Amino acid sequence: MSSLLVLAIVVAVGLVAFFIGRQRAAAQDNGKVKPHSRAHYHGWWAFLLAVLPALLLLAVWAVGSSVYLDRHIHAALPERTVDSKVASEALDVSLVKSLARGLRKLDAGTLAAMPASFAELQPLLAAKGVALASDTQDYMIPIAVEANKVQDRLGLFGAIVILASSIAGAFYALRQIAPRARARNNVERLMLWGLLAASTIAILTTIGIVLSMLFQTITFFESVSPMSFFFGTVWDPRFAAAGSGGSQGQFGLIPLLAGTLYIAAVALLVAVPVGLMSAVYMAEYATPKVRSVVKPALELLAGIPTIVYGIFAVVTLGPFLRDLSAALTGGSPFIQGQSIFTAGLVMGVMLIPVVSSLSDDIITAVPRAMRDGSLGLGATRSETIKRVILPAALPGIVGAILLTASRAIGETMIVVLAAGVAANLTINPFEAMTTITVKIVNQLTGDLEFNSPQTLVAFALGLTLFALTLVMNIVALYIVRKYREQYE
Amino acid sequence: MNIMTEQSLENAVGDKMKSNEVIKMRGDKVGVFYGEKQALFDVDLDVRLNQVTALIGPSGCGKSTFLRCLNRMNDTIDSARVTGKITLDEEDIYDKNIDVVELRARVGMVFQKPNPFPKSIYENVAYGPRIHGLAKRKADMDQIVESSLKKAAIWNEVKDRLQEPGTGLSGGQQQRLCIARAIAVSPEVILMDEPCSALDPIATARVEELIDELRQNYTIVIVTHSMQQAARVSQRTAMFHLGYLVEEGATDKMFTTPDDKRTQDYITGRFG
Repeated sequence: MSSLLVLAIVVAVGLVAFFIGRQRAAAQDNGKVKPHSRAHYHGWWAFLLAVLPALLLLAVWAVGSSVYLDRHIHAALPERTVDSKVASEALDVSLVKSLARGLRKLDAGTLAAMPASFAELQPLLAAKGVALASDTQDYMIPIAVEANKVQDRLGLFGAIVILASSIAGAFYALRQIAPRARARNNVERLMLWGLLAASTIAILTTIGIVLSMLFQTITFFESVSPMSFFFGTVWDPRFAAAGSGGSQGQFGLIPLLAGTLYIAAVALLVAVPVGLMSAVYMAEYATPKVRSVVKPALELLAGIPTIVYGIFAVVTLGPFLRDLSAALTGGSPFIQGQSIFTAGLVMGVMLIPVVSSLSDDIITAVPRAMRDGSLGLGATRSETIKRVILPAALPGIVGAILLTASRAIGETMIVVLAAGVAANLTINPFEAMTTITVKIVNQLTGDLEFNSPQTLVAFALGLTLFALTLVMNIVALYIVRKYREQYE
Repeated sequence: MNIMTEQSLENAVGDKMKSNEVIKMRGDKVGVFYGEKQALFDVDLDVRLNQVTALIGPSGCGKSTFLRCLNRMNDTIDSARVTGKITLDEEDIYDKNIDVVELRARVGMVFQKPNPFPKSIYENVAYGPRIHGLAKRKADMDQIVESSLKKAAIWNEVKDRLQEPGTGLSGGQQQRLCIARAIAVSPEVILMDEPCSALDPIATARVEELIDELRQNYTIVIVTHSMQQAARVSQRTAMFHLGYLVEEGATDKMFTTPDDKRTQDYITGRFG
């Protein structure tokens, strides 16, 4: 029986339990005892008891039976010898499994007169649209047939157990129904657990990501010293072919870090003033009508995928600036097609809505009393903004800028396209420079061995980036939170 | 308390000596709309020089709305529209030639909830003079700050910590700081919107004392929910109800023999 069918039946049992539970609870309400929970809570409790344990069991069963099947096939395979035709045991097992899956497509007649050799079987399977690897061996056929039988047995047995547990759960819940039974509390508690699980997933994933990067990074530092990584000024990883461990490159972080911070700084130089001013306009001057048009329009900018900005930078803006600079000097362009300036400019435009919408919220959060106080003393609007509102909102705005900065540092697509890949150390904004994110992309694309320092360095870079943005976010959140307390 | 009685005596004498009935501000058929909804109807009300005029009435009766018309604070509300005429020294304050910033420097305001800026005590008081360029040198500014804080009867409490944030003061001190802030721009009229509603009785008593002292130099309009407060601090009282001015007159008379039944009922606590 397929898992999907089992699932459907379990849910059906659950629904039936829900309706019976609700019905029964409603019927018991005779007006003498005040029921503790409303009828539908009893229904939901029955539903949850019928469905949740069964689902858990289903998951466990699915994993368990596939493990069992692997073992079974493994045991049935002949002992491996030197002249085995298949490269590894794992490959052996997976060949049998795909053969077994293929056999399921055949009709009963063909199965009864099962050909003994793979050469005969292959065309039959091919006719059903099943393509199999050619190194499938003859001895695998009986094993595959046997495996299918085992799987069927396991499936049937599992389905019975799961359905039994579902029905048992439903009955248990239905028997509990009484006017004073605390079904509501049970349901609420389960809700709480569900919500808790949801929020834990994000945290656990983060921890998982960090750990996986950490282990790869440690492996990287086994071949390259942290000193030469963190303080090296030359980035030259020398793409090593698989196996030729001798050609050690240089992995200096400094040029990448400098490029990252430089481009982020240019971007912030564009985004912060423009974003802040548009936030001030939006929060203080715009009539509701204008605001209702301009604000969504601005936030639309935030919805544009960054790769589109990247394309714009590399196809339109970069060449334009290069030609412009060429025209200005009358010949040689001083702005390169890919440059810090171009990347920063485009990234800045991308960040404007981020700055403006964060600052807008913060400015609007400054209490009206502050504005009234200042206006009531005869201050003009701009004096009020300059001397009262902005100073009051400053911590929040600083927090917003830091959040924006960490976005700028982590931004990838725009810089991949617009900043170039040359790991220069330069202060000329019109030259190409590269960033940490660009190099991560570079090191991980292409045909590379996955355990060479050339590849592993990507994890070290990623972890550095993670640490950098994490610190900025923590500082930003700290500042924002501290500011919030001020008016409460 | 002794000083208080002397002060009151002086004021009382002063009132007699002054020609008593100089009209500082005059409202003529003042109406206010918030969008489509009319909140104030045809209010004719005079504010007399160097007197405290109390505006009383149940919540939502339009007294705060009227108060905010007097220095055009309603301009800051997008949907608000004011009709009729309000004059300050016979000048129409809603005239096109009137600069609203200048007006608000002449007609200052103290709000219901103390709202010191998140700056130092000194900077809070210096804020107004600074934007209006009232002091050329640091010494002048020091002088203005000190005298304003003295007039607001808070100097002794804060003179040693002028650089500390104004938000760190107690509620009553904050409110007196806000009064000092309003005084610092030398207004002619001070509008107070329930200045004591967020204060405890002791702080309230201090502020009320202060209001009585201030009226020597300023004209004061105060909105209050406390009948006792109106009786204690004001010379004139105006009763509002449902957006209309019910009646207006000398405070003594209003609290003893009001003409209107609604005033009678409100004062004796039968409604509102």
